[in-house]
Amino acid sequence: MKPIRLIIVAVGGQGNLLASKVLGDAAMRANIPVVMSEIHGMAQRGGVVESALIFGDAKSTIISDNEADILLGFEPSETLRALNKCHEKSWVITNMSPLPPFTVNIGKGKYPDLATTQTLIQQKTDRSFFLDATRLAKEAGNILSVNIVLLGALTATGIIPLSTAQMQDAICNTVKKAFIDINLKAFKLGANAIE
Amino acid sequence: MTHKLLSDNVGQRQLMLGNEAIVRGALEAGLSVGATYPGTPSSEISLNLFQISQKTDLYFEYSTNEKVAIEVAASAAAAGVRSMCIMKHVGLNVAADPLMTLAYLGVKGGMVIVTADDPMMFSSQNEQDNRYYALLSGLPMLEPSSIDEARAMTKYAFDLSEQLHEPVLLRTTTRINHSTGPVTLSDILPVKTKGKFTKDPFHLVAIPSVSRNLHIQLLENINKAQAISESSQWNRITGSGEWGIICNGVSYNYVVDAVSDLNIDHQIKIFRVGFSHPLPEKQIQSFVNACKKVLIVEEGEPWLETQVRAMAQEAGQTIPIHGKSDKLFSRLYELEPAKVRSVVAQYFDIPDTKQAALNLNDLPEIPGRPPNLCAGCSHRATFFAVKQAAKSLDMPVIYPTDIGCYTLGVLPPLSMADYLICMGSSVGTSCGFSKSLENKVVAFIGDSTFFHSGIPGLINAVFNRHQFTLVILDNGTTAMTGHQPHPGVDMSQWHLDEFTQVSIENIVRAIGVPNVSIVKPYQIKKSIETFKAAFLSEGVSVVISQEPCTLINKKRKKRAFQVTDRCKNHRICISELACPAFYVENNRVQINPAQCVGCAVCAQICPENAIIPVKEN
Repeated sequence: MKPIRLIIVAVGGQGNLLASKVLGDAAMRANIPVVMSEIHGMAQRGGVVESALIFGDAKSTIISDNEADILLGFEPSETLRALNKCHEKSWVITNMSPLPPFTVNIGKGKYPDLATTQTLIQQKTDRSFFLDATRLAKEAGNILSVNIVLLGALTATGIIPLSTAQMQDAICNTVKKAFIDINLKAFKLGANAIE
Repeated sequence: MTHKLLSDNVGQRQLMLGNEAIVRGALEAGLSVGATYPGTPSSEISLNLFQISQKTDLYFEYSTNEKVAIEVAASAAAAGVRSMCIMKHVGLNVAADPLMTLAYLGVKGGMVIVTADDPMMFSSQNEQDNRYYALLSGLPMLEPSSIDEARAMTKYAFDLSEQLHEPVLLRTTTRINHSTGPVTLSDILPVKTKGKFTKDPFHLVAIPSVSRNLHIQLLENINKAQAISESSQWNRITGSGEWGIICNGVSYNYVVDAVSDLNIDHQIKIFRVGFSHPLPEKQIQSFVNACKKVLIVEEGEPWLETQVRAMAQEAGQTIPIHGKSDKLFSRLYELEPAKVRSVVAQYFDIPDTKQAALNLNDLPEIPGRPPNLCAGCSHRATFFAVKQAAKSLDMPVIYPTDIGCYTLGVLPPLSMADYLICMGSSVGTSCGFSKSLENKVVAFIGDSTFFHSGIPGLINAVFNRHQFTLVILDNGTTAMTGHQPHPGVDMSQWHLDEFTQVSIENIVRAIGVPNVSIVKPYQIKKSIETFKAAFLSEGVSVVISQEPCTLINKKRKKRAFQVTDRCKNHRICISELACPAFYVENNRVQINPAQCVGCAVCAQICPENAIIPVKEN
């Protein structure tokens, strides 16, 4: 299988490592070769967390600049920052609810305008999908389910070689029992936002 | 619930982190004794082994430092049980003294030393290439390329160690430790809980007359290892053609992907070196003999390249062999797939299949997201109080610091770090600064780092009557690497009864430090006064700043604070404290209640007393 390369960018605490775990688990069950890697910043919280997932026949566990086929962004400014990972055929799926960094919060540095961010992503990549995953996560019953909302959206685009059922199984297998229902709802809300 | 790495579902494929795969390999080899000092990127190995040791007969410990960890593992192996010690690359510097002579003594039970290198320095102070430790010590070394290989090689390393009677270095890099891939489970061997030590001082006590013989033995063992390496399954050649690539570790993955992308499978042979010390000289020579041109792909130093070129020269070969030489690859940072592909294409003169870069010139400036001390972090409070104390005494201060979360104090506006070399260096370097500068010297060291290597420096300071203040930031854990325990931690809080808590204060007093005080850093005024007194005292003074890491402090009730209308926008809370719970909205300072942990430090420093607790309903 020709490799499909996915980059996930998030802010620490948004649960992108769990999202990678769900994707990895789903791929294993579907017998699709998968490798992943992760880099988290030095601080426990608040830094950028980046994961790479490669489905298909490839051995490298990291993705070079311009070589990600899919960019899944948990935070709009981080999605914009990671655009250097994309090529002109890349698809981008991103949360549009901002989490401004501390520097911006205290008035040093300017957060990029959201409408401009959206236009730039649309212009530079093949297809892009924008949703307010934070609002949908709240609607699902827990703001921490942003990660699963975004997995729902990612799956609904049809670009990853995994079906809704395979992803739902992987969610049930990965998240804590008490949170399964909320997360399945989050997954569905994310998918609906795309369709 | 049983631990996932203890699964007896043999033949099952599981997704594992590289560090988990190493643990699984060790369990499959019947590991009896493990020891570590935590360090990224190796920390998850220890985390899992510690958890598993609570459920099985495995003994695992967090040792005070890497030197102690290697000695714990060495003696267990001398007693005939299988042992492993785990550390980051710079940790092996700390353990280098026992390492070098342990190679002379050898082992009885299998012993594996995991050295986790960090090319690119994602979380390290340097990117030294620890493959040189294999050359320096003479010890055999294995380097996995994939996650399942990390498991299988770890398991094999114990057999190899027993076959050679030498410890084996398992050398990984961050992209093995922190990558995930499928692993196929094999049987877990039972743990042999007790060994047997046979007294043999003329082989086991390294005095000069004994070591002269032991060195002969080591050289013989290197020769034996060389013979094993020649036929090792970990050294393998794939593909065919007149071009050759020799590579190791994760570089192999990038090479395989590059060769596939460039569609040159039929023109190129790849020699993947997995048993990398001693190198399989004869195999390399015959590989080179069958090539017209050879490229060496390795991260870090030209470790393979230098040796391969020497071997080729020995075999009378003059074909081009390049890697770092000829400016193809850099000795800096890590490799990545596109870089390797472009160098392979350039070297063998074929077109690269590069993706065009997007034009991103019109992107707006994106504000950075630098790592930061957490909201309510006690280190921030301590830094603030120290700074205020120095300011009110009008003292120009030099701040040597150390390795831990508090190293982040280097960032403005705190700017509380002036000099850092390595673990424990805050204390030793303060001794030198205090003798060579007029400035006041105030050093910072964390509790875990103090136990690791701060104590000898402090003894030195007392003995030689140096003049500085050491601030010990005691947050009751090894926070930065993921909250591992250390000797100062009260383990009974986790219902672990088989430990004794060691008091930092008692150690400091026993050393004879003339001025010792303790502060609670959330009490800002008192802390400032204590620091002032410490700074003015003669000789070495120590201030222990005690407050549990806010991320794991379950005892403290979290009560968020808010900024009231009394705020007159002095903004000291932002410009000098810079807690990430603050934000500015409509030109007014606000506190994010989700982030605020209620440390109340900002409330104490606000000149208008405008910050008060949120009223509870």
